Amino acid sequence: MSGTLDLRLRIWRQDGPGAPGAFQDVEARGIPADASFLEMLDIVNERLLDEGIEPVTFAHDCREGICGTCGVMINGRAHGPERATATCQLHMRSFADGDEIVVEPFRAASFPVVKDLMVDRQAFDRIIEAGGYISAPTGSAPDANETPVPKEAADFAMDAAACIGCGACVAACPNSAAQLFTAAKLGHLNVLPQGQPERWRRTEALVETMEEFFGSCTNHGECREACPKEISLDFIALLNRDYLKAKVKNRRLAARA
Amino acid sequence: MNAAALDASVPEGPLADKWDNHKFSLDLVNPNNKRRFEVIVVGTGLAGASAAASLAELGYRVKAFTFHDSARRAHSIAAQGGINAAKNYRNDGDSVFRLFYDTIKGGDYRSREANVYRLAQVSANIIDQCAAQGVPFAREYGGLLANRSFGGAQVSRTFYARGQTGQQLLLGAYQALAAQVAAGKVALHTRSDVLDVVVKDGEACGIVVRDLLTGEVRAHRGHAVVLATGGYSNVYYLSTNAMNCNVTAAWRAYRRGAAFANPCYTQIHPTCIPAGDEFQSKLTLMSESLRNDGRIWVPRRMDDARSPETIGDADRYYYLEEKYPSFGNLVPRDVASRNAKTVVDSGMGVGPLRNGVYLDFADVVARDGEQAVREKYGNLFDMYQRITGEDPYRAPMRIYPAVHYTMGGLWVDYNLMTTIPGLFAVGECNFSDHGANRLGASALMQGLADGYFVLPYTIGGYLAPRLGRPPPPADDPVFSEAVAAVADRTRRWLAVGGTRSVDHYHRELGRIVWDHCGMARSRAGLEKALSEIPALREEFRADAKVLGTADGVNQALEKANRVDDFMELAELMAQDALHREESCGGHFRTEHQTPEGEALRDDDNFAYAAAYFWPGPDRPGRLEREPLEFESVTPTRRSYK
Ligand SMILES: Cc1cc2nc3c(=O)[nH]c(=O)nc-3n(C[C@H](O)[C@H](O)[C@H](O)COP(=O)(O)OP(=O)(O)OC[C@H]3O[C@@H](n4cnc5c(N)ncnc54)[C@H](O)[C@@H]3O)c2cc1C
Ligand code: SF4
Ligand code: FES
Repeated sequence: MSGTLDLRLRIWRQDGPGAPGAFQDVEARGIPADASFLEMLDIVNERLLDEGIEPVTFAHDCREGICGTCGVMINGRAHGPERATATCQLHMRSFADGDEIVVEPFRAASFPVVKDLMVDRQAFDRIIEAGGYISAPTGSAPDANETPVPKEAADFAMDAAACIGCGACVAACPNSAAQLFTAAKLGHLNVLPQGQPERWRRTEALVETMEEFFGSCTNHGECREACPKEISLDFIALLNRDYLKAKVKNRRLAARA
Repeated sequence: MNAAALDASVPEGPLADKWDNHKFSLDLVNPNNKRRFEVIVVGTGLAGASAAASLAELGYRVKAFTFHDSARRAHSIAAQGGINAAKNYRNDGDSVFRLFYDTIKGGDYRSREANVYRLAQVSANIIDQCAAQGVPFAREYGGLLANRSFGGAQVSRTFYARGQTGQQLLLGAYQALAAQVAAGKVALHTRSDVLDVVVKDGEACGIVVRDLLTGEVRAHRGHAVVLATGGYSNVYYLSTNAMNCNVTAAWRAYRRGAAFANPCYTQIHPTCIPAGDEFQSKLTLMSESLRNDGRIWVPRRMDDARSPETIGDADRYYYLEEKYPSFGNLVPRDVASRNAKTVVDSGMGVGPLRNGVYLDFADVVARDGEQAVREKYGNLFDMYQRITGEDPYRAPMRIYPAVHYTMGGLWVDYNLMTTIPGLFAVGECNFSDHGANRLGASALMQGLADGYFVLPYTIGGYLAPRLGRPPPPADDPVFSEAVAAVADRTRRWLAVGGTRSVDHYHRELGRIVWDHCGMARSRAGLEKALSEIPALREEFRADAKVLGTADGVNQALEKANRVDDFMELAELMAQDALHREESCGGHFRTEHQTPEGEALRDDDNFAYAAAYFWPGPDRPGRLEREPLEFESVTPTRRSYK
């Protein structure tokens, strides 16, 4: 496939976290249909520079859908119109000649705008730091095959662990909830035999840290629609079940101590 | 001259005992004293995150730095295929010695035996460590670990987590790091660009960091500095590396006195999606596990315009299978890449730009069914379809080699210490272990070996005798001078007021390096590169156009510093490639090949690591040689026939 598109872009410009922002209209002519969305922005940026206008800041790195750095709202949708596709994997052949495209940063109270389309997602790291790990200090591990992991459990864990931490789930959610991200980490660690000793502690800590930063889940399911890795809502069900159990178990453990 | 500068500190004794003996002989830091030492770790990829977490667990105070917004985003996340380990779980004859031997041979006898042997030894521990962290490796139905065989190996020793092995290993290391951050043992500085290393009285004592959010430049002090900053493939502009990978930290260390070794050893990965147009910003790798089942071919007739499915076997040239009957499509990367170049250069390439070869799954689909292929390679096929708009279940994919990995890097001794005492280098940014060519699934192994199991021991040997000797005080001029130099250099870009973007100059540089110091190199080409690069660098410095401010986020400004360092590195690469009058591994000099077009090594004259020292601006690097001695293997010509 080839050919080019003439597009009208409305791009969000904002100097810094506190600064007021506004849309800038940019005519983008002759954009190759085979270019990726971010390559389209590269082309636009080269042209802005030629005109003496500071290029648009946007976050990106791997450009193959795995690092989770990229992510913008494209016509109101996190990562744009294609299913299971991060912004960097979206190609311009998904658009039509003459389209108007509105490009904005992910919007959520816990993801403040850094500049233009770039946001700060450190709140996700705080959730992981709260207990999104299995404590296994270097050197202490037994032979890997001493702990068999049923294939189904490994596959289930891998489905959840595929999350790239992009934040589209939060951006898509009307409440800016981070249930899908948090559930993905619990889904990864809570079903593995290695993850059992810390299961209840981890669940409570992750959920409560999540609640400090993010809104509450009212089961809209928009997160799953936006998720580039199609993380399943079933993991949220597991999160809810494990959280209830964790409250009871942790209370009992505390009483015993 | 100055032979002591390259003392590799390889321990005495039989190969198999060296590491154990060395661990025993290293000075130990008493547990209570570890917290008196502050260690700076730059980079949070596999090597950096594993090192930072392990050092903190031991009790050292660690400061970790990354330019990314989160430690989890390091380029290691993108590795797809797998990680090697000599577990011999498949009972197919693998062993520490075989992994060692394969790595030495794969590296075309240009690596240090003792380091490689240690790598093979600790490989098994890595899998144990990662499984304990909850890395969801692929499993058999019985719950035990699964393996696959991987480019260049005749045993199945590769562990994997679907097509996302790097992601899962990095998340394991990142989570271990997060635990230490939460425990207050690691101070993690994200969005922090390290732009210089501080050296006083010949010892590393800190770094200079630019805060990417505020533009503030400041120094951080430490008793030791560990660089884990990845490879320099982006010197070629187009590569499979993430867009922000760069050589700056390593290059600045070079300018402070650390030797840079074998810069011309770069690896081209045979299975990438061919480049499209000018706007193309990076190349995408398709895991070479695809070569286990896919068959590589081009039409025998150059003018064959039929669509590939309709071309019969007799009219297909399965060039790898024909030339290398015993390894076929599984020959090592350099051999596979060079053969693709040969067929494309001879006009037999396929696709609209005739710049690819076919990778065909029709036979496997017929044998095992589409579902089986989907299970094994589904995510790779999806990725191909997304990028090209073509369906690989219906027609063969088109692939072509792309720059992927750099074996060269900071020279390190057996302790992973550079020629600057107190400055260590781990992971892809050092030169160790892979010689002139890296085997598939061995970079993840090396990064984690360095970070989890080697550096945490060896750094103790450096620190132990330094108890009670703090780094220079914060107000020492060595820090303020380094900070001022970085701030000046950064601001200078805004004052140039040139006409062309930084990307433009990066693209131009990439073209020169790819054409003359890429898959095939010649004296004439390298001499041309050596005259073009300095001219381009001067033009870049006088004509780059960078807008905005130095006091906040400015991506073009960040990139200007990086491209500037790539320009200098490119020259050293060409110098090294020109001096190495032989072909070995990824370094192929057209003047040095067999009549069949295979690489022709010259062990009599070039069995050494070439380590360069910075001689001051605008002068060629000063070469020192570390001779490579082979006691346990006999260098032979690699043959994959
Ligand atoms: C697409 C792809 C697939 C691959 N697949 C495989 C595979 O299947 N198996 C395998 O073994 N290998 C594979 N490799 C190679 C392997 O992924 C890398 O060699 C390895 O991950 C490098 O790890 P690292 O920790 O050394 O560096 P990286 O992961 O690159 O990390 C570098 C870190 O340093 C930081 N950094 C760099 N410079 C600075 C600076 N100046 N200031 C602050 N921070 C800085 C970065 O932020 C980052 O945190 C693959 C590579 C690619 C490109
Ligand atoms: S759950 Fe999906 S949308 Fe949310 S951070 Fe993970 S990958 Fe992104
Ligand atoms: S840039 Fe890495 S996921 Fe998009």
